[in-house]
Amino acid sequence: MESLLAVVIGCLYAIGLYLILERSLVKLIFGLLLWGQATNLLIFTSAGLLGGKPPIVPETGKLLSYADPLPQALILTAIVIGFGMISFTLVLSKKVYQRLHTDDLEQMKGYES
Amino acid sequence: MLIAITSLILTSICAPWINHKIPNKAGWILSLAPLSLFIYGLLLTSSIVSGTVFNDSWNWIPSLGIELSFYVDGLGILFFLLITGIGTLVLIYTGAYLKGHPQQGRFYTVLLLFMTAMIGMVVSDNLLVLFIFWELTSITSYLLIGFKHESEEARTSALRALIITGSGGLCLLAGIILLGQVGGSYQFSELVQQGDLIHQSSLYLPILMLILIGAFTKSAQFPFHFWLPGAMVAPAPVSSFLHSATMVKAGFFLLARLTPILGLTAAWHAWVMGIGALTMLFGALMAIAQTDLKKLLAYSTISALGTLFLLIGINTELSIKAAILFLIIHSLYKGTLFMVAGTIDHETGTRDVHALEGLFRVMPWVGIAASLAAFSMSGLPPLLGFIGKELIYEAKIQAPGIYQWVLPLAVLANALNVAIALIVGLRPFLGKTPLHLSRKHAVPVGLWLGPVVLAIAGLLLGIFPGWINGLSNAAASAVRAEVTQIKLALWHGINPVLLLSIFTVILGLGFFAIREKLRKVKKRHQSLSKWGPKQLYEHVFESVLIFAKRHTDWLQNGNLRFYIVVIMVTASLALGSTLIRVTDWSHLVTNFGEAKVYEWAIAISIVTAATFTMLSSSRLISAIVMGVVGYSVALIFVLYSAPDLAITQILVETLTVILFVSVVYHLPQYRSLLSPSVKWLHAGISIIFGIIMSLVTLKAINIQLHDSISHFFVENSLTQAFGRNVVNVILVDFRSIDTLGEITVLGIAALGVYALLQWKTNQQEEL
Repeated sequence: MESLLAVVIGCLYAIGLYLILERSLVKLIFGLLLWGQATNLLIFTSAGLLGGKPPIVPETGKLLSYADPLPQALILTAIVIGFGMISFTLVLSKKVYQRLHTDDLEQMKGYES
Repeated sequence: MLIAITSLILTSICAPWINHKIPNKAGWILSLAPLSLFIYGLLLTSSIVSGTVFNDSWNWIPSLGIELSFYVDGLGILFFLLITGIGTLVLIYTGAYLKGHPQQGRFYTVLLLFMTAMIGMVVSDNLLVLFIFWELTSITSYLLIGFKHESEEARTSALRALIITGSGGLCLLAGIILLGQVGGSYQFSELVQQGDLIHQSSLYLPILMLILIGAFTKSAQFPFHFWLPGAMVAPAPVSSFLHSATMVKAGFFLLARLTPILGLTAAWHAWVMGIGALTMLFGALMAIAQTDLKKLLAYSTISALGTLFLLIGINTELSIKAAILFLIIHSLYKGTLFMVAGTIDHETGTRDVHALEGLFRVMPWVGIAASLAAFSMSGLPPLLGFIGKELIYEAKIQAPGIYQWVLPLAVLANALNVAIALIVGLRPFLGKTPLHLSRKHAVPVGLWLGPVVLAIAGLLLGIFPGWINGLSNAAASAVRAEVTQIKLALWHGINPVLLLSIFTVILGLGFFAIREKLRKVKKRHQSLSKWGPKQLYEHVFESVLIFAKRHTDWLQNGNLRFYIVVIMVTASLALGSTLIRVTDWSHLVTNFGEAKVYEWAIAISIVTAATFTMLSSSRLISAIVMGVVGYSVALIFVLYSAPDLAITQILVETLTVILFVSVVYHLPQYRSLLSPSVKWLHAGISIIFGIIMSLVTLKAINIQLHDSISHFFVENSLTQAFGRNVVNVILVDFRSIDTLGEITVLGIAALGVYALLQWKTNQQEEL
């Protein structure tokens, strides 16, 4: 599964970059979203995958074999922050479009108001 | 010496204040500072002539081995006297010349600072300290040339001078550092003993060339001469002091200082003599064709500097003595003539030789000074110039092996200088006084005192050469690092040298007579100057500016996509090359075979959904398909023991999709704005980046750099933080400050979103 995920991650990064390089604002946001997913997966995968062993201490006995909790904590933070960023970007681009009547990143150059 | 330098700096700081309080007498008062130093120098002279060397040393930057050390020998004291003596007169002159100028105070300050730097330079023992003073003179010179900063010509000339002498200064610094490394010391007094070691070093030639470039640029030697005529836009005191009497001699001083260390090799002789002779002739030829008094003097100064270099390049006992003597003579007469030119300009408003006539009756004192200086420059007895010229000819006749070509050049250059001397020093004063000048008021004392004192000094020293015999011998001994004893005398009897002198003067009179014709010849060859070093400099200067502009336009073009492409291509190259270098591909484990069917299904659905997002032309469908990607990722989290992640991911995905759908109709329709070729390029970059990221992931799976620290969290989760879900405990307990930060970020984002939404309503109300 790790190798398969590596390919998936590569695809997400590639598609994300392609979208970011578009001149359209909305596509830029989609690209950013995909990069966010790809990066989370990269951290998750590189820690090593372990099925059915969540890092939860049982009622009795010790937790001996478990998936690494640290990357999970990191990714959890990343997901939430990513959501904050995307929501802000979405609203911002909506405003920008309303004010400037363009979503072409090239045409936005030079606007200051 | 430290006291001397400090007192001058203090004076320069006080100068604007003094000038403000007593504007009419400030020049006189300020001149007391260099005058007292001049007297101090005179007192030192007698013991230096008898062979004493004054040494002073303070630890300045001990960590770099730089000592603020002074070394005053014959050469140093000679320059010291010239700087302070002429400096005194120039300050008095400035008082009258710039009378009432709103920035006179600033002028005094910079002039005194220059004087400080110049003195510091000639008495430094440490070469690095010398370099610092050297650069200080360049900077103050820049400020003084650009004194009339309203004029564009002044600004460009100042900048040109700074760039030329500054780049020379950088070469000099490199040369000094190499020299210090080879010789093991930056102290001149210690390097003198290492002469042989340095001569045999493989770095000798680079050292010599770097230091020579420094000296050539500073002393306006061909082909670096062109900044000096441009520097003539400076006020007359500056031209007189910096650009004839002192600063331009710094290159000569440096070579004289270093002669015992670097001199006496074939390369030294060839370069110093060759460039010197070329400059001597070139300067004289250029000078004769000028009509502006100051330009005439500037080119003749270049010629004189060439003569100095030629003499020091010959490097015999006689030639060094002649060089030292000529240095004194030139400072005296050229300082005079520049001040005279300034006075004429000040009083009549023009410096054009064609417009000036009959000034003797208007300014008799100036006339006397000018003609004395002109006679000294022409080498007529009984002035000091005569003795100098005799000595120079003698030195050249005795120059081993080269007199055949040096001598004719020298005679030609000298004859031209005779003509120049007559044009500048005599011609403007003869003839009928023009009407508009005859009713002029008397020239103020300040404007004629300086030239007259210098000119009379030239006369007295010519009649009593014994007065400077000791000093010039001491200076020459310092250059040669052995005792020099050559007696100066006005009359040597009738010999070839005297005949040569007479011939020179006659030839000079001839040149004077045909000066208009010479100018026409020069005019006819005007087109030649298109290929001069000045044009080369300007071309390079412009090209650098154009290059910088194009470079900035190209890299900093404000196009986001371009920046991203540059960053990504760079990242791909860096990551890719590192991967290729460190990876042993045969050890890279892949496990596609182990993946189960549902895992394949998840993977395929993620990639398909992402591709769909990319290709779809509907924003709504894109947004929903993005949700598919997110939920599939959540499934992966479920499968691989991350229930918390899965829960969060599903929550956030749902929210994101809702948010997208709610604003998507306020967002623009997709448009295809890029040309197909650009799209293919982007696709190529994206694919390469994706492949590299895949490889990075594979690599990351196979590498364990450190032991995981997670066992700490697992062990202490229940016992210390009383929680069973380790991920939650990490977030809210072990790393709770991080989480606090995260909440803050979310809060700010929420505020931002709220503010943006509010802003909309405000805007609409306004509309």
